[in-house]
Amino acid sequence: MNDLLVAQSVSKNFGNFKALNKVSISVPKGSIFGLLGPNGAGKTTLIRIINQITMPDEGEVLLDGMPLQSHHIRDIGYLPEERGLYKSMKVGEQALYLAQLKGLSKSDAKERLKYWFDKLDIGEWWNKKIQELSKGQAQKIQFVVTVLHRPKLLIFDEPFSGFDPINANLIKDEILQLRDEGATVIFSTHRMESVEELCDHIALIHKSNKVLDGNLNAIKREFKTNTFEVGLQTNTPEEVTKIINEKFEVLPATFKNLNDDLKLNIKLNGTTTSNDLLSFLTTKAEVHHFVEVIPSANDIFIQTVKNN
Amino acid sequence: MNHLSLIIKREYLTKVRNKSFIIMTVLSPLIMIALIAVVAYLSQLNNNKNRTIAVLDESGLLSSIFKNSDNITFDILADISLEKAIEQVKAKEIYGLLHVGKRDDLENISKHIKFYSEESPSLTIISDLENKLEAKLTDLKLQMSGVDIQKIRTSKTNVNIAQESFTGETSSKIDNVLKLAFGGIAGYLLFMFIIIYGNMIMRSVIEEKTSRIIEVIISSVKPIQLMMGKIIGTSLAGITQFVIWLILGGIAMFILSAIFGIDLAQMQTPQQEMMQQAMSNPDNQEQIQQVMNAFFNLPIANLIVAFIFFFIGGYLLYSSLYAAIGAAVDNETDTQQFMMPILMPLILAVYVGVFTVIEDPHGTVSTVFSFIPLTSPVVMLMRIPFGVPIWQQLLSLGLLIGTFMFSVWFAAKIYRVGILMYGKKPSYKELYKWLRY
Repeated sequence: MNDLLVAQSVSKNFGNFKALNKVSISVPKGSIFGLLGPNGAGKTTLIRIINQITMPDEGEVLLDGMPLQSHHIRDIGYLPEERGLYKSMKVGEQALYLAQLKGLSKSDAKERLKYWFDKLDIGEWWNKKIQELSKGQAQKIQFVVTVLHRPKLLIFDEPFSGFDPINANLIKDEILQLRDEGATVIFSTHRMESVEELCDHIALIHKSNKVLDGNLNAIKREFKTNTFEVGLQTNTPEEVTKIINEKFEVLPATFKNLNDDLKLNIKLNGTTTSNDLLSFLTTKAEVHHFVEVIPSANDIFIQTVKNN
Repeated sequence: MNHLSLIIKREYLTKVRNKSFIIMTVLSPLIMIALIAVVAYLSQLNNNKNRTIAVLDESGLLSSIFKNSDNITFDILADISLEKAIEQVKAKEIYGLLHVGKRDDLENISKHIKFYSEESPSLTIISDLENKLEAKLTDLKLQMSGVDIQKIRTSKTNVNIAQESFTGETSSKIDNVLKLAFGGIAGYLLFMFIIIYGNMIMRSVIEEKTSRIIEVIISSVKPIQLMMGKIIGTSLAGITQFVIWLILGGIAMFILSAIFGIDLAQMQTPQQEMMQQAMSNPDNQEQIQQVMNAFFNLPIANLIVAFIFFFIGGYLLYSSLYAAIGAAVDNETDTQQFMMPILMPLILAVYVGVFTVIEDPHGTVSTVFSFIPLTSPVVMLMRIPFGVPIWQQLLSLGLLIGTFMFSVWFAAKIYRVGILMYGKKPSYKELYKWLRY
């Protein structure tokens, strides 16, 4: 069993509206899994089904090979996008309450809270009320509460919203560390740069259907177009361009670098290799820049959504 | 079920520690007492005010009835015209002038009596004067037709019908008054409890929605657990508040009456007044004995058990509906459209209880309403002191519990969907759709 969580053709209707249409995903153990999609695609519905907040109309969700049951709540830590805390309750009391709801004993919860509060250096907030904290500070508490019971599966819905770059980085490192300690993470966001940084696997949901999923690198390989960014230094740019144009397909280039006279995107057809191109180019000009164009998660996202 | 006790504990503690809750708990009885004291003081002040009324009796027949009392001093005028009398009264700033016109025949005197005053006179004074005049004129007429008034007075008889059921239980009017008091207090208590703490539950559900913590909680516990925990926790806080109110109220009443010597008997509820009247009849000793008997005649065990069950059943039924409303809306202003259908049966129950049960505790209307689940808790509690067959009580309770289960199911459905819905002001149609999600 290599997948911690498997959803098998899950469907959900709200009245006449189909929120999820036979969506299947597999989240490998120990991975960070990006659940992507435009607003209103059905991500939150799927996450709520995994959390047993709503029940699917069709399909099944397996955790560790077992159909979801109520005791699985303890194995999941969920940070919803719509989140908040009781405003007039004290930080410590509230964290203890939420931890106990997740099945921790009071003494256990206290010990672990102390560890986390020391780690994030927020110990002095224990007796403050939530309404006395800033939004980012409250988010930190929320994060601690989510991971406190050491769940096998962590689900973060836009975890970085409300954090400044320093704290966002701090939280990102904590997520990576949790992954290294054996947790599996499902990560839902619109911020593609954090997908790039964190995710090993992604699934893209669009208009209630899953339109793409798999290992992020594999997907990128699938989406790459055999195009190379080339930066050349030459005294006769027009002439060189003309020569290259005769042999290869040249696209306008937009990359930035310091001092190349000529910037080109060159697309190779099936038979030519990058070595062929490189050796051809070295005879015409001095090559300063030679990189394969790898599609970013952002490109893949936009391209897939537009095509569907 | 461990979750449930955690939720109950949190709900209870946050309610009880809440500053406004504490302030309300301490201040409410004091404000009530202060209010009662002020009202009592003011009415005493009013009663003590002595008014002077001038009387110009041109018939010469009625002067003997105008005797000075605590509140009214009569100033009898004679040998003066009406115009002059009015002028005089105005000049002396006397409260008013009662004028009886000069007529020879008794028949017509009553039609020529008038009261002149600066402003419209107090109703009690006028009716007091009317009573005096009526009695005197009646007496005079009887005398004229040759009737001995003494004889009429002595032959007046007081009847107090003793009641006995076929099974041999004796009772009297006092029993009924006592029964009404018990039933009324129980029904009214439930009514107040539902309104105050039902609202509190609703607000606390809305608060969870607006603070957006709901999804965090719901990923740990089942919505129905959260809902029940809220209802039970808030109720316990409510009971705590009620008990404190009773104790504080009792102490404050005691202190107040001890220090200021305000006659508490003067400001009592109508029911108590009825009892007061019953007790102020002659044969006082016997009456007190009767009250004691009446008290022990009540089906006390039945009352207590029924009170507990109907109170809990009725309260839970309504509070689950309040919780559902809280879940369906985003803020308190949107609750109005859903409040009506809840308040209507409640108010209806109290009206039926007050007007119909008193008149005919076992009539069709009372009986039917004591079975309909939304009104049964209040109406049945009012009926029970009059003796309701056990099968009726059980049937009504069964219906209540059945409806309660249904309403909790219904509320939980609304709750489950509603707590995750933001920004929409739901219609009834929408709610119906939620039931099928």
